[in-house]
Amino acid sequence: MGMLVSLRDWIDARFPLTSMWEEHLSKYYAPKNFNFWYFFGSLALLVLVIQIITGIFLTMNYKPDASQAFASVEYIMRDVEWGWLIRYMHSTGASAFFIVVYLHMFRGMLYGSYKGPRELIWLFGMMIYLALMAEAFFGYLLPWGQMSFWGAQVIVSLFGAIPGIGDSLSLWIRGDYVISDVTLNRFFALHVIAVPLVLLVLVVMHILALHEVGSNNPDGVEIKKNKDENGIPKDGIPFHPYYTVKDIVGVVVFLMFFSFVLFFVPEGGGYFLEAPNFEPADPLKTPAHIAPVWYFTPYYAMLRAITFDIGPLSSKFLGVIVMGAAVVILFFLPWLDRSLVKSIRYRGPVFKTMLALFVLAFAVLGYLGTQAPTDTKTMLAQVGTAVYFAFFLLMPIYTKIDPTKPVPDRVTMGGGH
Amino acid sequence: MSGDGVDTSKRRFLIAATTVVGGVGAVYTAVPFLASWLPSERAKAAGAPVEADISKLEAGQMIRVQWRGKPVWMVRRTEEMLAALPTLDDRLRDPESLEPQQPSYCQNEVRSIKPEILVLVGICTHLGCSPGFVPEALPQPYDADWKGGFFCPCHGSKFDLAGRVFKGVPAPINLEVPPHKYVSDTLVLVGVGEDEGAA
Amino acid sequence: MKKQLLAFLMLVAPAVGLASSGEVHLDKANIDPTNQESLQLGAKTFVNYCLGCHSAKFQRYNRLARDIGLSEDDVMQNLMFTGEKIGDHMDTAMTRGDAKNWFGAPPPDLTLVARVRGVDWLYTYLRSFYRDDSRPFGVNNVVFPNVGMPNVLWALQGEQVPVYKTETDDDGHEHKVLEGVELEEAGVQTPPDFDRTVRDLVNFLAYMGEPIKQQRKALGLKVLLFLLVFFVVAYLLKKEYWKDVH
Repeated sequence: MGMLVSLRDWIDARFPLTSMWEEHLSKYYAPKNFNFWYFFGSLALLVLVIQIITGIFLTMNYKPDASQAFASVEYIMRDVEWGWLIRYMHSTGASAFFIVVYLHMFRGMLYGSYKGPRELIWLFGMMIYLALMAEAFFGYLLPWGQMSFWGAQVIVSLFGAIPGIGDSLSLWIRGDYVISDVTLNRFFALHVIAVPLVLLVLVVMHILALHEVGSNNPDGVEIKKNKDENGIPKDGIPFHPYYTVKDIVGVVVFLMFFSFVLFFVPEGGGYFLEAPNFEPADPLKTPAHIAPVWYFTPYYAMLRAITFDIGPLSSKFLGVIVMGAAVVILFFLPWLDRSLVKSIRYRGPVFKTMLALFVLAFAVLGYLGTQAPTDTKTMLAQVGTAVYFAFFLLMPIYTKIDPTKPVPDRVTMGGGH
Repeated sequence: MSGDGVDTSKRRFLIAATTVVGGVGAVYTAVPFLASWLPSERAKAAGAPVEADISKLEAGQMIRVQWRGKPVWMVRRTEEMLAALPTLDDRLRDPESLEPQQPSYCQNEVRSIKPEILVLVGICTHLGCSPGFVPEALPQPYDADWKGGFFCPCHGSKFDLAGRVFKGVPAPINLEVPPHKYVSDTLVLVGVGEDEGAA
Repeated sequence: MKKQLLAFLMLVAPAVGLASSGEVHLDKANIDPTNQESLQLGAKTFVNYCLGCHSAKFQRYNRLARDIGLSEDDVMQNLMFTGEKIGDHMDTAMTRGDAKNWFGAPPPDLTLVARVRGVDWLYTYLRSFYRDDSRPFGVNNVVFPNVGMPNVLWALQGEQVPVYKTETDDDGHEHKVLEGVELEEAGVQTPPDFDRTVRDLVNFLAYMGEPIKQQRKALGLKVLLFLLVFFVVAYLLKKEYWKDVH
């Protein structure tokens, strides 16, 4: 035991091991009133680790060549010992990542975690979201199934909608005149190493920015405002051991859901592993319905909802703009929200209604994105898109006029009212 | 916030219990990943036994087949070749084939099942080159008293017509005899032994 | 005979493909993936009727042996006809060139067809061929209109003919709409026996789509039970530490 202590001291003289441990774990004081919504950050980190490890092992047997890719996935499923388990972990993990991240982002919206001085945490988080979407998009081409191929074909051709540079841009992205082996190989490089590195760096920045300012909490109370005689926030508890121990429980519960899907319904009802993707890519045969994977469908619904031209701007181009704006507008949330109150617990009925409508719109748009378009569905998507944008664009107004409740000085445990 | 009333022994127990259960889970999770490195079904199928037809093999000739990516030689030895083998014993490192470079049913003077048919893996036991077949009993630059055998061009290792390695060459042990059996007098199955199952 | 016809019509009538809508009613396949005898019979049907044109190029023969309760000898004697090795994939003898010439497009590989189409679709499709002299092979299919495949199982099923009904659309035009099919000439199997043959075949196709399925579920149960134990222990640990927090 003494040897370990000496080893630790030797390291500490050369590397900030103990100081990092204390700064980020044993002496990082987090609010004591974290609730269910606060599990998803550590779960997102867990899923990132799962995807990296399973991804590495998939790369050991996957072939990023158009003539071999599909077969190599079946090789992994059938011939590689436990290959099927590694594959299903990765496919389930991809969907789990977005479920966890959406819930994590929603926590931010519930409790105003994006408001000053935490704007940078939110911005890093949004960059992580963008990187994650890119990672998922590149990754989905790799199995080289019908949906892989045609989904990529459709999304890359969206860039063709940009006036002037559009076609050249699509050609540059693809490296060929259609999605081909060239595209597959470069998407493989991006998916396996480039974007994961970007993700890792962004996650580190995200956590450093958080630890610099300190965590928010469900009451939106700044715990650093009330410190005891030792300078420790009265409502704070050290992350380790209290939140390490609590997060282990969160991890186990998450793994139960994850394992249920993996072992019993890995196809996720056709949403996690899509049926057309069990057919090899055929550039001459377009599937009846092309839809992106479920986590992209809200934006896809918005893209298709724009059915009219405005002057020289085609509906296709406008759809791309709207779709892009829907993601970009999230970046501005810290500045659109003019309320002095952070947490929904102390906000008025207007914000609560708007947030509920936002969630409903997002969910409905998500569903509509999976369906073939009809006149009624397109109209519904247009309404949903309008509600989605109204939540943001009207926010400077309704957050200012919304009657709020007084925010307590100290955190409340068990929900508070 | 803690302080008095902390049941340390209970905490220690629960930490231990959680660590043990978690550790078991971690090990069970690691096993599939490590096991995924074992030969796949494709590797096993490609490594399946190979049949060789020796009906057309003439005396003094050699044929080559491929088994598990390796060259396997089959030589029909003549009476003279077989007679010369015992005379080489004192020039060889392991004349009695004590090293486990052959199946038990080939641990004999001629290192084969049938005396006239030699079956060897054609990979030099030094660093893996494939030696050349030099069957004629004529003087060679590397051996004035050559009675026939195999010569490896990479570093000069020499083996006799039973695949036994000479003294004074870099190769340390005899050439490997693969597991094999006779399906019929003219059909050899390489990769399955008479005594064992598949290799 | 008439009763059988009527019964068959009743059975198949719901499987109508209305020309205007895209939705075809699908019969339930009701396969039992744990029934090894069904899988073995399905394998036999597959090898005898399908492998001539379709490959199952991701499925190895030796895995068949392992998974559906056959010995490697059984497989070699009864399911392998063209000198392959036991570790080989189930390939078809038909070359792609020939396939293109004879059928226009090579018959697709079937290893994963159950994951693409679903078992109910396959079960209904294989029983929904009907006589259509306008088609190259003389048959059409309710579930897959203008399919390029002949009815390879016709000897077992017999021949079905289409039943049309007349519909008037909003413009007042009348047109014929396919209502169902009925059996006109019996095959060597009765309809219930034929249904069973197709069910076994579809069971086998479902197995080929994901051979590990049964083991996957069995392991899943063990994993969930383990996680339950882990949960209990982790939760007790959390509760103990959180006594400190007020």
